[in-house]
Amino acid sequence: MIQTFAFYLFAVLLVASAVMVIMARNPVHSVLWLILAFFNAAGLMVLVGAEFIAMLLVIVYVGAVAVLFLFVVMMLDIDFAELRAGFISNFPLGIAIALVLLAELVLGIGAYRVGVLDLGAASGNAAPLLDRSNVENLGAVLYRDYLFLFEAAGIVLLVAMVGAIVLTHRQRPDGARGQQDIGKQVRRNPDEATVMKQPKIGEGVEL
Amino acid sequence: MIGIEHYIVVSAILFVLGVLGIFLNRKNIIVILMAIELILLSVNINLVAFSAFLGDLVGQVFAMFVLTVASGEAAIGLAILVIYFRGRGTIAVDDVDRLKG
Repeated sequence: MIQTFAFYLFAVLLVASAVMVIMARNPVHSVLWLILAFFNAAGLMVLVGAEFIAMLLVIVYVGAVAVLFLFVVMMLDIDFAELRAGFISNFPLGIAIALVLLAELVLGIGAYRVGVLDLGAASGNAAPLLDRSNVENLGAVLYRDYLFLFEAAGIVLLVAMVGAIVLTHRQRPDGARGQQDIGKQVRRNPDEATVMKQPKIGEGVEL
Repeated sequence: MIGIEHYIVVSAILFVLGVLGIFLNRKNIIVILMAIELILLSVNINLVAFSAFLGDLVGQVFAMFVLTVASGEAAIGLAILVIYFRGRGTIAVDDVDRLKG
């Protein structure tokens, strides 16, 4: 009973906030509705017992991605009313395509319910152990069967980080303060970069 | 009783809303990126729901990889957005014609 209530609460709030994300006039409001949508999706995932993914969703999306969106929206000085100009004229086409897509998806779900499609059964290799928590089970599968994919995901994140830094890094003009001179850094040696002092006790050091 | 169909329906609705968002906000690339995030979220809900109801954890592992790629995509997309705005002073999608495509 309480599960049913919780599911419908999360589902209705998720769909409603998704509608607000695409309808809100102000992109800042869109981002805030997106955060609410992520929280409700995390609730849905907790309901089926996937706590780790749910917490990951809250930490990664709400904590990082949504804040990144907020930074960018607030950093750029943009006239958002002008960007909204085609909203009404795009409406009929958008609704038509959305309805076609929804009809296709409903058809697929209906076919699945009738039982025409035979979805292969779970292999059993990655079945959760009943007396372990979701995190333990997931960790076992991740580090046992998907270790290389896991490390590939790390490389994807590294490339994304380097790419974002390279893209947004601004080269300063020559001679400006803060300019990095790599040759000067390499030429430094301890003899000219540091001095040894023997201060007397109770007195400061004159450099 | 909540079955897998409920979860599939929710994620289907979310997917359609994401596609609709791309069409409605065709000029505002920030909202388009957010609509893509919604689409990826619906895919994640689908993966997790099937994983839970079929008793196979691979779906949750894949949801983690989707999450990884999605966050990388958001970071790169927003970085491109920032340098584009620095150079042109606008982010309207219609004005993006530097490559003459």
